[in-house]
Order: sequence, then structure tokens, then C-alpha cells
Amino acid sequence: MILFALRRFLGFAATLLLAAVVIFYLLDLLPGDPARFTLGITATPEAVANLRAQMGLDAPAHERLLSWIGGMLRGDFGMSYTQRAPVAALLWERLAVTLPLTVMAMIISVVIGLPLGIFSARARGKAPDTAIMVLAQLGVAVPNFWFGMMLTLVFAVGLRWLPPGGFTPWGEDPWLALRGLVLPSLALALPQASILARVMRTALVDVQGQDFIRTARAKGLTMGEAVWRHGVRNALLPVLTILGLQFAFLIAGTIIVENVFYLPGLGRLIFTAISERDLILVRGATIVLIVAVTATMFVVDLTYGLVDPRLRERGTP
Amino acid sequence: MGRIFKSAALALALMGALSGVALAQKTEVRIGVALEPPILDPTAGAAEAIDIVVYQNIFEGLTSIDENGAVQPGLASEWTISDDNLTYTFKLHEGVTFHDGSAFDADDVKFTFDRILAADSVNAHKELYTDIESVTVVDPFTITFKLKKPVGLFLFNLGRGDAVIVALESADNNATTPIGTGPFAFVQWDKGNRVLLERYEPYWGELPALTKATYRFIGDTAAMTSALLAGDIDGTNNFAPDSLAVFEGNPQFKVLVGTTEGETILGTNNRKAPFDNLKVRQAMAHALDRKAIINGATYGYGTPIGAPFAPHNAYYVDLTNTYPYDPEAAKELLAEAGYPDGFSATLKLPPLGYARLSGQIIASQFAAVGIKLELINVEFAQWLQDVYTNHDFDLTIISHVEPFDIGNYANPDYYFGYDNPEFQALIKTLNETVDDAKRKELAIEAQTILAKDAVNGYLFELAQTGVWNAKLAGMWQNSPIEGLVLRGVHWVE
Repeated sequence: MILFALRRFLGFAATLLLAAVVIFYLLDLLPGDPARFTLGITATPEAVANLRAQMGLDAPAHERLLSWIGGMLRGDFGMSYTQRAPVAALLWERLAVTLPLTVMAMIISVVIGLPLGIFSARARGKAPDTAIMVLAQLGVAVPNFWFGMMLTLVFAVGLRWLPPGGFTPWGEDPWLALRGLVLPSLALALPQASILARVMRTALVDVQGQDFIRTARAKGLTMGEAVWRHGVRNALLPVLTILGLQFAFLIAGTIIVENVFYLPGLGRLIFTAISERDLILVRGATIVLIVAVTATMFVVDLTYGLVDPRLRERGTP
Repeated sequence: MGRIFKSAALALALMGALSGVALAQKTEVRIGVALEPPILDPTAGAAEAIDIVVYQNIFEGLTSIDENGAVQPGLASEWTISDDNLTYTFKLHEGVTFHDGSAFDADDVKFTFDRILAADSVNAHKELYTDIESVTVVDPFTITFKLKKPVGLFLFNLGRGDAVIVALESADNNATTPIGTGPFAFVQWDKGNRVLLERYEPYWGELPALTKATYRFIGDTAAMTSALLAGDIDGTNNFAPDSLAVFEGNPQFKVLVGTTEGETILGTNNRKAPFDNLKVRQAMAHALDRKAIINGATYGYGTPIGAPFAPHNAYYVDLTNTYPYDPEAAKELLAEAGYPDGFSATLKLPPLGYARLSGQIIASQFAAVGIKLELINVEFAQWLQDVYTNHDFDLTIISHVEPFDIGNYANPDYYFGYDNPEFQALIKTLNETVDDAKRKELAIEAQTILAKDAVNGYLFELAQTGVWNAKLAGMWQNSPIEGLVLRGVHWVE
């Protein structure tokens, strides 16, 4: 198990390094100058040149790449071009919103999606199954910004139960901070819950036909007991894969949802940083996202090993 | 997405009206703004978003610009101007302090202008102050500016965000923790979220009615609409005109329509054929139906213009009839210019609602006279690079929001590349003229030349469209300078 984990970890580290290099050069190709952006269209060329020098944009690309990667290893992500503040601090502030948001969305989607999927599989072919699958289809098709706007209209504008957006920092009032994340995490979670319900249902339906269920039933278990004790555990494997992949989608989804709910999260930070050509900020944020996604995959891989010992043995020479 | 939202919002606006606005704190205001400033130092960045938060709220200049664009005293209580218009002597207010408690005096003024004029200055508008020859401290509350030549707009320029007074001890940190002398002190900036301001109790002037102000950054129009309807914010100074209908009939809100300094133009690359041909530019001017463009691009909220000058300015002259809408005349001019079948060109559009919409309308208006336009959507950073810096474009649409920026046309290196020595000489004279009547005469002459030369297509003046809680008063209706001045804002019953 340790060797298995170590090999996965090396792969994880190599992915990160490669991603850092690719991101650096790809973003260097984008047209646009952060100094010009900050100073506006009427600024004098002299002022723009001075600011470029201040920002350290004069150095050749490979020098900037090396100092960037070297800095990150020491935890220094550089200074934001447009905001003139350390990138690491900016990212950290934003993660305080995006991380809880994604985790909440993940929990909500599991809590809604899995039971619905199980219920649907148990009622296969009957009216509740059809109804749930139609809803799930709808949930997959409808974009989360639309969900977001509808939730705002009903619960914030109409009923005034929850804020329509914005965020109160955790340190100021944790309860208000949490309230601010309810609607956005719901908007993020609903499409994910729909996907999970469908995957869970399919996996369970597959499992129900398997030999071990027949064996379990032959031992005298009812179908419900057999599915619950043996089926769900076996159906979890594909669900786990989807869950890992979904994490990446959730993070991408935050870009849109954070705009709809004007939340100060990582997604919105990236969105503005790109339009302002604050490349060092975009790079830092992208790295954080890649770490999050590859780390999730890494954890999913390890969990596979735990859920299914056969995989672990195959992974060890 | 906009339309679905709007009808739903209209229905729910009614529900909102029934449930009643939460009783607002009578001395606090929460304002939604679309763009978050990258930094909060107006002397090191030109983004309009900076001035929206800090101008006349946190920072003050020697002079200040009022709602009508007129120069008023600021940190300088009075001034005298020498007969040759070269020496300005300012008397400063006494008892003024910066928000960190340090005292304001003539040394701060000198420091501010030395900093603007330094070789490594990052002031976006250094050129406005380079005619200052020297700044001399006479005594702690008297300061003298000596100019190299008369500058007609000198007092106005001193009132701009670029020339607010900063202190030696705090200037370097103003990007993130701005410290000025204004009626509001900076409290906190949650990046991506909000900026908090608090009334500065030891303020030297009359204390404002508000004790607290929060700026919330909401980029999405739909999100801004719900924030307003849900009472999460009390207003916004400039709202997307296409969604104003949601608030116009709602008694809980008032819509304030005013003027801005934003002249929207069809920017034309005058260096490049066929646009270097006057007849072609005249033909394009005849092909523009401004009324249709304004109705389509700003839902009717713009004012047609015939020259790059703001209609609310005292020197304005209406030149919209220089080349009236006349497709037939346009075709004839094109034929005379050697393009009987028209020509093809590209139109680069930055990501601004009015630009993208105007672009589509202009493309169809031009097609009617034989000019085929290819629309190219670009991001703003790319627009700055391609169009503004590299002059790699045929046509573009953009609003020039700087006050009194007709001088751009005297710069042949400017992106539209208009090179007319006669005009350059005229602007030089205008800049050096102090007498108001004479200035007006020169400004009108300048506008007329640009209209006749059809340097760019002159479309409309952007309107300021504020949406505010009906019980809030004292906001500026017009925007003669970039900023959202909180000084006079108060709640009424």
C-alpha cells in the first residue's frame, strides 16, 4: 500500500511541474499588457514603462519562469501585477470562500443524489423511477447559473430568507458567512446531484444482476437487504470516480456561480485576473486549482485501493 | 438569459414591493459598483473604478470639481493668479489632518507634485502637470506654483483624481490602504467583495450625513438587479440601460439619468487607406443613423453628438447636422472617392455592451451603402494592445470618458492617427488661453474642424443611469468627472 501511494505521489508531483511550465508559456502568449491595463488608455508611455519595470515584466520569459517556480517552492507566489499585493495572500483569502462552497456543494449533491439513485434503482421501471430520472435529466441539462438566478429570485428577492449574494468574512460573522453560501452551493450542487443519481442508479441496476446478489438472495436475504449490504458497496466504485471528476467540474462551476452571487472566491478572482492580464495571479490560481484537482484524483486513487483490495495488489509489483 | 430574468424579476419586484424594504440604517449606505478597482491609489492608476471609491471621499485635491463640472475650492481655500497667468498662489485650509492623524500642510502639497513629476512616476496623467516649473512652500499654509506657460485647465487639473494630496508617510501604501484628508476614512477592503468606509470625525469641513459606506463589487447585471431588488444594496451609480425597465415603474427606486464625459465614437484609423481619404470618412458619417444606434445600443439613453465634446459642457456646440444621415449622399461620396462598389473593413469591438450592440447596428447601416464590416470581438486587454498601442485596426467603437479630452486629436501618434497641424496649433493656443470667452471661441472652432474632417464617426454621449433607493438623496445625477461623491448623500423620510 505504501509503495502504491508513493508511485501515485510521484505521478502527482510530475503532473504539477509539467502543468506549471505549460501554464507559464501559454499565458505568456496572450496579448495585452497589465501595466497598460492598470494605468488606462490615456496614460503616458513613460508611466507605462515605469510600471512595467516596477512589476518586473522586463526580464526574459525563462528567467521569469525559473524565479516563479523557485518562489512557489518557498511558498512565495509573487506579487500581483494589478493589485500590488502578494499572490499567495490573495489566493488564500479567496480559498476561504471557494473551498467551503465546493465542499458544501459536494455534500449536498451526495446527500441528494445518492439516496435518489438508490431509490430509483429499487423502483426500477415504476413511476417514481421515471419521475426521478426525468428530473435528473433536467438537472443535468439546466446550467447552474440559471439555477442560481432562480434561487435568488425565489429565496432572496421574493421571500428574503437568504442574501442574494455577497459574502461576510468568516471572522466577522460565521453564521452570516454560512448563510451567504447556501444558495450558491445549492446552485452548484443540483446539476451534480442529478449526475450522481443517474450514475448510482445505473451502477446499482448493473449490480443487481450480478452473481453475488443472487448468492446473497439464495442465502435468504431479501432483495432490499442484499442490495443494501452487498450492492451499494460494489456500486460505489463508479460513483467514486464520478465524484472525483465532479470535484474538478465543481471548481470550474464556481467561476460562473461566484459571478451570479458576487462571491469573492477563487473562480471570480481568476475571471477578473484574466481580463486584467494579471498573469502572475492567473498562473498562481491555476496552479492551486490543478493541485486541488490532481490531489483529489490522488485521494480517489488511494480510496480505490481501500475499497477494492484487488486494485491495490495490481498496483504493487 | 437577460429576458427570462427580466420578466421573472418584474413579477418578483411586485412581491418585493409587498414585503417592504427592510428599514435601512439611516446613516449607512451600501453601493453596488460593477468594476472593482485594482488598487485604491488614484495617483498610480487611471481605472475609473478607483475614483468611484476614493475621489472626494477618501482623497481631496487643492481644488475640487462639482456636480456641474465647475472648479471649487478644495484643500486650498482661495488662490490668486498672477497677471501673466504663470504664478498661482494657494492659501491652504488650516487644521486639516490625514486619516492617520498626521497634519496636512504645504509640504504635503509639494511632496505630492514632486512625486507626480518624478522620473519614475507611475501617474497615469503626468502630462497634465508637466507644465509646472516649480512648486514652492512659502509658509506652512501658503504654496506657489510656477508654470512654464499658461495652462487654461490648470485649476481643473488640480481637482482631478490624479492630483489628490497624499502624505510622504503613507503614499507608498495608498494602493491597498489609502490615507487621505477626505470626509471618509478607509476601513477595510475584502478583495473581490467590498470596501468599507467610515466617516472621519475630525474632518476639517462640514461632516457628511452618512457615517458608514460600503461599496460592493457586483459585475453581473442580473446579480446587480437581484441585489437591488432584495435590498442588499441601496443603489448603483451606473446601471445597464437594458435592465432599467425593472426599476422605472417601481416606487421603491428612483432612476437618475444624467450625463457623463463619455463620448462614444466609431474610432477610425486615419493612417490607413481608405480611411485616409476625407470623402470616405464623410461617406461613413452620412451612413450613420445616430437615432437608430442610440435606441439599439443604449435603449435610448444617449445624446447624439457631432463632435468629440460633451453636450453639458459650456463650450459645446451642436454639430450633429454636419453630415446628416443620408445613405444616398454616402454612396455618391464613396463613388467619388473611387469605391463605387464600397469596400470591406474590420470593426474591433471591446467587451462593452454599448460597443458590441452599436457595432452590429453600424454594420447593417454601412452594408446599406456598400461598406462590408467584419465584426471582431476582443477583450479589453487585447483592445488596448491591438487598437490603442499597436494601431492594428480599421475601425473600433469606444467611449472616451476623460473630461475635456479633445486635445487627443492634436496628438498624431494617438490611435486614430489624426495629423492636422492647423488643429494642433489651435489646441496649443486653447491650452495656453485662460480667458473664458476666448477659450469658448477656440473650443468651438476645434469642434467644428473635427466634425468637418469626420476624423471619427461621432455617435453619442453615454448617459449616467443611476438606480437608487427612493429614500436616498444627494447623489450626483451627472458625472462630469469620474467619481461617486458621497459627501451630500443622505436618507430622507
